[in-house]
Amino acid sequence: MTAAAKVATRRILLDVRGVSKSYGGQVGCLDVSFALYPGEVLGIVGESGSGKSTLLACLAGRLAPDTGSIAYDTKERGLVDILSLSEPERRRLARTDWGIVHQNPRDGIRMDVSAGGNIGERPMSIGARHYGKIRAEAHEWLNKVEIDLARTDDKPRTFSGGMQQRLQIARNLVTRPRLVFMDEPTGGLDVSVQAKLLDVLRGLVHELGIAAIIVTHDLAVVRLLADRLMVMQRGRVIEEGLTDQVLDDPHQPYTQLLVSSVLQV
Amino acid sequence: MPARMNTKDIPLQARGLTKRFILHTQGGTEIPVFDGIDLKVASAECVCLHGPSGAGKSTLLRSLYANYKPDAGKILVQHDGSMVDLLAVEPWEVIEIRRRTIGYVSQFLHVIPRVPALNIVAAPAIMNGVDADTAYSAARTLLSRLRIPERLWSLAPATFSGGEQQRVNIARGFIVEYPVLLLDEPTASLDDANRLTVVELIDEAKVRGAAIVGIFHDGGVREAAADRLFEVGQPLVQKRLPNTAAEAAA
Repeated sequence: MTAAAKVATRRILLDVRGVSKSYGGQVGCLDVSFALYPGEVLGIVGESGSGKSTLLACLAGRLAPDTGSIAYDTKERGLVDILSLSEPERRRLARTDWGIVHQNPRDGIRMDVSAGGNIGERPMSIGARHYGKIRAEAHEWLNKVEIDLARTDDKPRTFSGGMQQRLQIARNLVTRPRLVFMDEPTGGLDVSVQAKLLDVLRGLVHELGIAAIIVTHDLAVVRLLADRLMVMQRGRVIEEGLTDQVLDDPHQPYTQLLVSSVLQV
Repeated sequence: MPARMNTKDIPLQARGLTKRFILHTQGGTEIPVFDGIDLKVASAECVCLHGPSGAGKSTLLRSLYANYKPDAGKILVQHDGSMVDLLAVEPWEVIEIRRRTIGYVSQFLHVIPRVPALNIVAAPAIMNGVDADTAYSAARTLLSRLRIPERLWSLAPATFSGGEQQRVNIARGFIVEYPVLLLDEPTASLDDANRLTVVELIDEAKVRGAAIVGIFHDGGVREAAADRLFEVGQPLVQKRLPNTAAEAAA
């Protein structure tokens, strides 16, 4: 039995209450509340402009909501409202406990630093100094995301989009964050590369027991990756539940439209 | 409220299960499926959901897995020694219950493309903490028993025939010794020899005490595997509640 099997109750990892954010008169997200548990993968879907990216930016501490609270279960102090943290504290949290995978790998990796250097950066920023160990860890992670070790010293700009995205994932997961935010992680990729990435991502999330919040408009991605799903429309969460339940038995008119609009191949 | 008494040998129980679909994209058409279903499945018992096509057998089976969300009622599952209402717990708990307690063999295989059949079959065991070697060896045994040629094991099932995909799905459903097992037409596209193997697997699961609910269209499989039939569908037509009462119950 794994450790998870013995857990009868779980502590909340991220407790989101009444988060709203508007831009002038324009609604970003409205009164969003949910609790995320350790190891849980939450998908957020909705059309463009439904507020999912705004919500993700608020959750990741990149955007201050107008109202609401976002509490994160820190190792030292338990549940802490991240909005009350100072900027250095929040940056430290983001470096040690969180990962952020951007839709465009260019926003998440350093294009002029070698692949190995990209992976080593986070461990070094939290105190790793032994070159051999950092390099061994970089190799281990390149292996995990299936990038040829011969490319360790190459710069990511010589990589394909799929490789860059896998490198971004390795760079984020190397410090074993407890929570990863992903914005359209398969967005710009060729369909043939998406499947590989999804498989790698799913394996890692399960192996490491990482909680993740994945924003996407691709229902196939959430079906394969997310345990739970929230559907957003005009800034509000209109339906939520187990991913397969929401997709196979949608109750809200908008969710039914969304699910029935997917083209079958 | 979860009752403690007499639940020891009833791993799965549905109480007052009611389900209707409202099709908002089709003018709000309401389709009542079933109303107030009570079902108890004992340990070492295989119950066959029975009724004409469209009676709601699959809807009931999917509801028992919490894949569909019933409008009223309870689904009580024996999990970690206590009865849990599958419809009242948090999503992560449903996932835990599915991982360890309720197995489900769907009609069609839904998996990540490009993952080899052997990995797909072994995955549920690995997710339950079985070490990889043991899990892969169990997966090989099941795939052999279900006559999937060894040359296919390292290939992704997308290109397999319908029958081969279904057998991969069955192997995946039987690799963990789930106390509760739900089978949605597991033998629909199988030949006689493989049907027989599935019946054997069901028998073995019963011997170890599993509570099984299945839909079996094949008369031979039904005869061989099911201990009793559970009729789905008929009462609803006669027992039409007035709209107000139906709304009150929902």
